Amino acid sequence: MSVGIVLVSHSAKLAEGLAELAAQMAPDVTIVPAGGLSDGSIGTDYDEVVAATQRADSGAGVVLLYDLGSAQMTAELAVESLADPSAAIVADGPLVEGAIAAAVAAQAGRDHKAVAEAAAAAGLPEDLEPAGTTAGGAEIELELRNEVGLHARPAAVLVRSLSEFDAEVTVRLGDQEADGHSVLGLMSLGARQGDRIRVQARGPQASAALEKAKELVDGNFGE
Amino acid sequence: MSCKSEGVAAAVRAAAAVVAEHRAELIGLDRAIGDGDHGENLNRGFTAVVAALDAGPPDTPGGVLKLVATTLISKVGGAAGPLYGTAFLRASAKLGTAADLDVPALLDALRAGLEGVQARGKAVGGDATMVDALIPAVAAAEKAAEDGGDVAAVLTAAADAADRGAESTVDLVPRKGRASYLGERAVGHMDPGARSSALLLRAFAEAAS
Repeated sequence: MSVGIVLVSHSAKLAEGLAELAAQMAPDVTIVPAGGLSDGSIGTDYDEVVAATQRADSGAGVVLLYDLGSAQMTAELAVESLADPSAAIVADGPLVEGAIAAAVAAQAGRDHKAVAEAAAAAGLPEDLEPAGTTAGGAEIELELRNEVGLHARPAAVLVRSLSEFDAEVTVRLGDQEADGHSVLGLMSLGARQGDRIRVQARGPQASAALEKAKELVDGNFGE
Repeated sequence: MSCKSEGVAAAVRAAAAVVAEHRAELIGLDRAIGDGDHGENLNRGFTAVVAALDAGPPDTPGGVLKLVATTLISKVGGAAGPLYGTAFLRASAKLGTAADLDVPALLDALRAGLEGVQARGKAVGGDATMVDALIPAVAAAEKAAEDGGDVAAVLTAAADAADRGAESTVDLVPRKGRASYLGERAVGHMDPGARSSALLLRAFAEAAS
C-alpha cells in the first residue's frame, strides 16, 4: 500500500503523458491523471479531481500536483472537500520533476508528507556539495557500464533500493556529491557510461547498502 | 428591509443574465492579458446555476448561495470557479439556515466572500485581481450600513466601489494569475476578474433596488 498521486493539469494530454512517464519510475504506485474538462477542452474539472483523489487513495493518503494557478486552487478545494482532508496534500513543486520525485518516494513506501516534501524539493536547486564534506563511513568505487549511466530510471532504481537500508548514502562523481536518496540529485551528477562513481555509506546498514549498490551497478540496473 | 430566498434567487438569475450579456467583453479583457476563457467559463457556470435553480430552488438565502457555489466550482473550469465558488460557499456558511437576508447578514456574507477569495487565491490589494474590486466594495458596504442604508443601498455602494476598484487595476502590474506572466506588459488593461466582480455586485444591487 503506497501513497497515491494525482496529476492536476489544464490539459488532459499533459496529465496523461506525465502519468505515463512517472509510472515508469514507480510501477506499483497509483498515479491518476486529472487533466482538462469533461468536454475535452482546456481547464480543470473539480469533480474529476475529487474522483481522481478518491481513486488514488488506497488508505495511505494522496499527494496532488498541479500545473498552473487555477489547477492549484481546484486541487486545494478538492482536498478541503474530502471526508478527511488530512489524507491528501497539495504539493507545491514543479509538475514534471515533482511528479517523478513524488512517484519514486511513494514507490519507496514513504508517507504522504514525505512524498509531498519530495515533490516540493524537486523545485529547489540541487545542492551538489563539493566532495570531501562527508567524513567517515565506508566507501566503494563502481564503474557504470550500463548504456545510459545514472539517468532517470537507473537513478530511481538505486534510490528505491537504497531506501530499504538504514544508512546515509552519498554518491560522488569527480568533485561533486549527491544524496543517494534523491533521484534528481543523482541525475544532476550527470554520470554516464564508463564513469567511475564513489558510493559512500554511513549508518547501521552501511555495508549492506553498499553491497546493494554494487549489485545494481554490476547488473547494469537490470537493463 | 430584508430579502428572502426568492429575492436572492432572482438576484442570482439577474447576475447570470448580466454575465451572458458581458460574455464577449470579459473574453476580450482576458484575451488581452490571460488565456481568454473568463467570459466563456463564467457564462457556462452561471448558465448551469440558472438550470440548477430551475430544477430545485433552495428555501433559504444561504441555500441559494451554496447552490451557486457548488455549481460554479463544478462547471467553471478556470480560476473563477474555485475563486467565486469559495466566495459563495463562505458567504452561504455565514448565512446558515436563516430565512431572511438582512443588512448585518449581508455584511457578514460580503466579508466572508472576500476572505474566501483571498484564502483561495492568496492575492492582496494591488495585485490587479478581483480582490481590488472586492476590498473597496466591502469597505463601502460597511460604510453604507453604518449610515443606515438598507440591503439595496449597501449593495449599490458596494457595486459603485467595485467599479472604481476594477478601474484601478488598469494601472497595476498583475502579481497573481495568468496575467502575472506578462508583468509590465499587462499595464493598461483592466483585470477581467475585477470587472466580473463589479458586474456581479451591480447585478445584485439592481435586483435589490
